[in-house]
Amino acid sequence: MSIDIARTGAELELAARVLELVRAAAGPAAEAEVMVQHNAEALTRFANSAIHQNVAEATTSVRLRLHLDGRTAGGSTTLTGTDGLRALVERTIAAVRVSPADPTWPGLTSARPLHHSAGYHGSGENSGLDFGFDEATARASPAERAARVRDFVRAAGGLETAGYCRTVYCSAAFANTAGQAVEGRTAEAGMDGIARLNGSDGVARRAGGRLGDLDGAALGARAAAKARAGERPVELPPGRYEVVLEPEAVADVLGNFAYFGFNGRTFAQKQSFAELGVEQFDPAVTIVDDPLGSRGEPAPGLPFDIEGTPRESLVLVRDGVTEAVAHDRRSAAEVGAESTGHASEVSRTWGPIATHMRLEAAPAGTEPVLPADPSGPTAESARPLVARMERGLLITDFWYTRVLDQKSLVMTGLTRNGVWLVEDGEVTAAVSNMRFTQSYPQALGIGAVRGIGSETVLLPDSYAGVRFAAPALHLASWNLTGNASG
Amino acid sequence: MSHFDEAYSAVQAALDAGARYADARIMLRRTESMTARNGDVEDLSSDESAGLGVRALVGSSWGFYAVPDLSDAAARAAGRRAAQIAAASATVPGPAIDLVPQGAGAGSWASECRIDPLTVPLADKGDLLVRATSAAKSAGADQAEAHYGIWDTRKWFVSSDGHRIDQHIRECGGGVTASVLGDGEVQRRSYGQQYGTRGWELIEELDLAGNAARIADEARALVTAPLCPPGETNLILAADQLALQIHESVGHAIELDRILGWEAAFAGTSWLDLEKLGSLRYGSELMNITIDPTIPGALGSFGYDDEGTPAVKRDAVRDGIWVGVLAGRDSAAVAGLDYGGSVRSDGWARLPMVRMTNVGLEPGPHTLDEIIAATDDGIYMETNRSWSIDDRRLNFQFGCEIGYEIKNGKRGRMLRNPTYTGIGPRFWQSMDMLSSEIVPVGIPNCGKGQPGQVGHTAHSAAPARFTNVRVGVRG
Repeated sequence: MSIDIARTGAELELAARVLELVRAAAGPAAEAEVMVQHNAEALTRFANSAIHQNVAEATTSVRLRLHLDGRTAGGSTTLTGTDGLRALVERTIAAVRVSPADPTWPGLTSARPLHHSAGYHGSGENSGLDFGFDEATARASPAERAARVRDFVRAAGGLETAGYCRTVYCSAAFANTAGQAVEGRTAEAGMDGIARLNGSDGVARRAGGRLGDLDGAALGARAAAKARAGERPVELPPGRYEVVLEPEAVADVLGNFAYFGFNGRTFAQKQSFAELGVEQFDPAVTIVDDPLGSRGEPAPGLPFDIEGTPRESLVLVRDGVTEAVAHDRRSAAEVGAESTGHASEVSRTWGPIATHMRLEAAPAGTEPVLPADPSGPTAESARPLVARMERGLLITDFWYTRVLDQKSLVMTGLTRNGVWLVEDGEVTAAVSNMRFTQSYPQALGIGAVRGIGSETVLLPDSYAGVRFAAPALHLASWNLTGNASG
Repeated sequence: MSHFDEAYSAVQAALDAGARYADARIMLRRTESMTARNGDVEDLSSDESAGLGVRALVGSSWGFYAVPDLSDAAARAAGRRAAQIAAASATVPGPAIDLVPQGAGAGSWASECRIDPLTVPLADKGDLLVRATSAAKSAGADQAEAHYGIWDTRKWFVSSDGHRIDQHIRECGGGVTASVLGDGEVQRRSYGQQYGTRGWELIEELDLAGNAARIADEARALVTAPLCPPGETNLILAADQLALQIHESVGHAIELDRILGWEAAFAGTSWLDLEKLGSLRYGSELMNITIDPTIPGALGSFGYDDEGTPAVKRDAVRDGIWVGVLAGRDSAAVAGLDYGGSVRSDGWARLPMVRMTNVGLEPGPHTLDEIIAATDDGIYMETNRSWSIDDRRLNFQFGCEIGYEIKNGKRGRMLRNPTYTGIGPRFWQSMDMLSSEIVPVGIPNCGKGQPGQVGHTAHSAAPARFTNVRVGVRG
């Protein structure tokens, strides 16, 4: 049994039908945009080393936004038959006619090609970008996901394990009354698991465009090695510590940058730290939103957003200088900018958020080559950074990070899944989890970055459609405010 | 129109495909939300979702499949797929699973609703949000936002144990927020943010427009208010903040799936050990917490949970001793308990799982005025601004929107950026005064599960005092 793959063009036909219904009911003056999205998400979840939840869904949703006589309303439905679509159109027209005026309506996206079409500088057969999707991942069966779980559990060598293996297939189309009509497909896979031993948890996670690239055994072995190395932790006094953050922890930093900092809405409302053209980060820092992926992999995201704006790579920070924030059409209009293709179902409420954040790794070959140490706690990509640290902490992962002040992005949260004390470049002790209170942009500020790993790791988010590309990161200071035990 | 027949078809197909138990829920949900900012309506969305989710137990392994198609053929196919997925689960098997028995049967339930929120004219709703944000803006807010949300859900549940239950649950709520830009930081005050299984009368009672200017004044005053000083002191929490304290440090901790390790890799586990159920001291003797999905109008209320178990009030903490958990039929059986009743899914496409219902305090003997009058030195904090707690639900740190110094039994100067931190059981054992002014505070955004689910919960709470609490933590 596998996921059904929608017929090519089916979503675009559905979108065109909705536009016809709008024209028939509201006349030619109505500005309308329609997004049709077919999502098939399957997730095999395990705990206590057994599969305990195993789910799959296949959903097609139709989202309509309508602007008529200076007023705007939106709606959606999962009922894609004639009656359901007609009800959606009638409901949305009724809503728009009694809605208050919308003086900030930014208009529709005009007809324009996607950036993977012929002639775009980032596309073509020489670009290395693969805009197709991996059919095997899209069609992955429960048995294929279960096999990776089984490999993870076995490789953990008897340690208690928990986590998930996920595959997602998305096929979508957008059309509006201004003539924009685009479609695309994507598939993604992710695996995230922990191994547990006497109160010590170790984690391993990976994302990718191909389920076939996910090695459950390698991940299980990695998580188990961390758990074993984390036994008998010591407690350290609170204070400022030099740290090496492994890619999992770096992903949390990138996620919060995306959500609160490089968010066009918070930027427009002056509630973001971002100041365009200002050197706000260490010169080693370059951050990119990469919805179309990098070379050698299927594009991880759809090539357009729900306003039909084509997506492309967006450099947010280059060599420490903030260059851009993510915009949808409304936040862009507010500050006199162009949409960057970051409209989503929630961008009207939470603002446009970058979903494929990448911190540029250091150039390969700049770090010393160290002998492999698969049984040690340190991720391979972090080992050269750890080797340079005189005294500090190696932190695997962060947990439950929340904003204390949005403008300065002061966050509080806890470490999770392994912390170690490093002295003279060597791991000397496992450390108990600690709480921190730290401004994220300040931690990566000018002079605060002591090193960036040379290997980027693809990491899944807990929500499908979001992923991170992160190397390890060596920072001068991180403010640990207490032990998790109190 | 009933959808029992389609749900029955899905269950029967799962049984025919090898399941020893199956259940199916069909849900039709209409939602509506509106947001206004600075006097203009910014977003209005009216959404409809319908589908079927079927759960199959093959041996001791579960499978779940969901489709947005209510035809009989689609229901049967979904039942077969759920059983096939369960068979794949069995390749990495766990211990034997049973389901605690409960009174299966037919039932019907609807939440109370005086004014159907979907029939209130959109223009009236928009006017309300425009008035609220205009008032806050006029009073000095740099950004003023207001919103409401409405959920109208009809469910049909059928199981192979003989359940045949339909429910109609209407929920709504909303609030208004004023933000002021300070020197390198943003100060925010909120009002409302209340949700319930009620109609539009809940929004009318809130009087969002009437409170908008006050919160704008407070947000502006916060910009120049002194920082909450660091140290240990008596902490008095308002009901709205105590509700979140209950949610994070009690509600999640007593979820049986967490206690059993089923959420270990994501949401986390719990510091609670089942062997100490009935004897562990959770808090002071003032701490009496119930699990009560029968509270009229509270956001976590229902007639039956999503396994068909009728709503029943239970104790979770009695006189400070931990005595109960939030459980489902399978987790209860694993734990050797005899009750479920707290399993829900956030829609037809999601697997039902252990979730909070209404988890809240019973009233104490005091009033807020008495608590303040009895406090020589302390800080009063109101309205959550940030929340963080570790994966065992022990170590928490909360930030609030506003604080006030308490000196010699009186409320003094305003304090900005108030925070407090602690360890759950130590904190609850330090509660020495609790008000009788209980209100059920609705929380519409409780995240849990993979794929993620958003739960609707409520927490009866009242102002309370805690001693020797660390406050004023910052970076």
